[in-house]
Amino acid sequence: MSAKDSNFKRFVELGRVVLLKSGPSAGKIAVIAEIIDHNRAIVDGPTTGVPRQSFPYKHLTLTPLKLTGLPRAAGTGVVKKLVEKEQLTEKWEKSSWAQKRAAVEKRRSLNDFARFGVLLAKKSRRDQVRKAVKKAKKA
Amino acid sequence: MGLQEFQVIGRHLPTEHEPNPKIYRMRIFAPNEVVAKSRFWYFLRQLKKVKKASGEIIGVNVASDMGLLLILGPVGFFLFLRCWSSMARDYQIHEKKPLKVKNFGIWLRYDSRSGTHNMYKEFRDLSRADAVKSLYQDMAARHRARFRSIHILRVVEIEKGDDIRRPYIKQLLTPGLKFPLPHRVGKSRSTFVATRPTTF
Repeated sequence: MSAKDSNFKRFVELGRVVLLKSGPSAGKIAVIAEIIDHNRAIVDGPTTGVPRQSFPYKHLTLTPLKLTGLPRAAGTGVVKKLVEKEQLTEKWEKSSWAQKRAAVEKRRSLNDFARFGVLLAKKSRRDQVRKAVKKAKKA
Repeated sequence: MGLQEFQVIGRHLPTEHEPNPKIYRMRIFAPNEVVAKSRFWYFLRQLKKVKKASGEIIGVNVASDMGLLLILGPVGFFLFLRCWSSMARDYQIHEKKPLKVKNFGIWLRYDSRSGTHNMYKEFRDLSRADAVKSLYQDMAARHRARFRSIHILRVVEIEKGDDIRRPYIKQLLTPGLKFPLPHRVGKSRSTFVATRPTTF
């Protein structure tokens, strides 16, 4: 299979950034350091607190991000250097995917009173918008 | 439940006829120490005239330099016994580099429903014990072979890529290997959902 003329955009490959979906590191991103076989790869996330480990593809999602020029079976030190050089964590946190996840996480962590605060804030936002629209219509 | 690798050492009990019996060592893959000892007697019985009733197990994986012991003979044996009693009881053999991906070649012999076969298979894994575990899974899947009908003859790490024989392992060694994960079906929490799942 030649990957060049493939319609797929994300591949299991060296340097691919993945989002872990289960286990103790669930919700963190890591980098594929080496492919073991069709079901597992070695992932490493030295900046995100993911220990180097074998991880099944079933329990991770491929992201559009990728480290360029990661050598095969690179150690944690090399991965860390490249991740810092390419500012991977910043890139991930800026992406709308990560922001959406963060927003959902935030919302889930709220208690009843905090949700009430959100309700009030939303109300006041609606109020301001309505007033501004009415003003603009009159003019 | 995974497998562990054990080193079991045993010998025939000393007799008048043979006061210094030969010591035998085996590396055995088993789920626990009890099974490892049992497998040791099973294999030794087939190879030598020693059985559990007339023999003893000296140790289960206590030192990695057992070759030395075999050379030293009975004197070494007593030294070794002394060391053993003072050592912590950690039975299994641990992988030296548990995070390095290795290719293993495994020779095995198994009894099918119609006869006995020898086989060579290759596995890509992080440890010898993991490779043997996948071997048992593979034999169960492809040949319906049970643990009791499989003998592991030899497990060897293949260092050079050129020495790999099987195409299913060879294909994983191509430089710049990459492949997509097609048709990913996510789990839905409810039975009925408004939107179809995206599988790409």
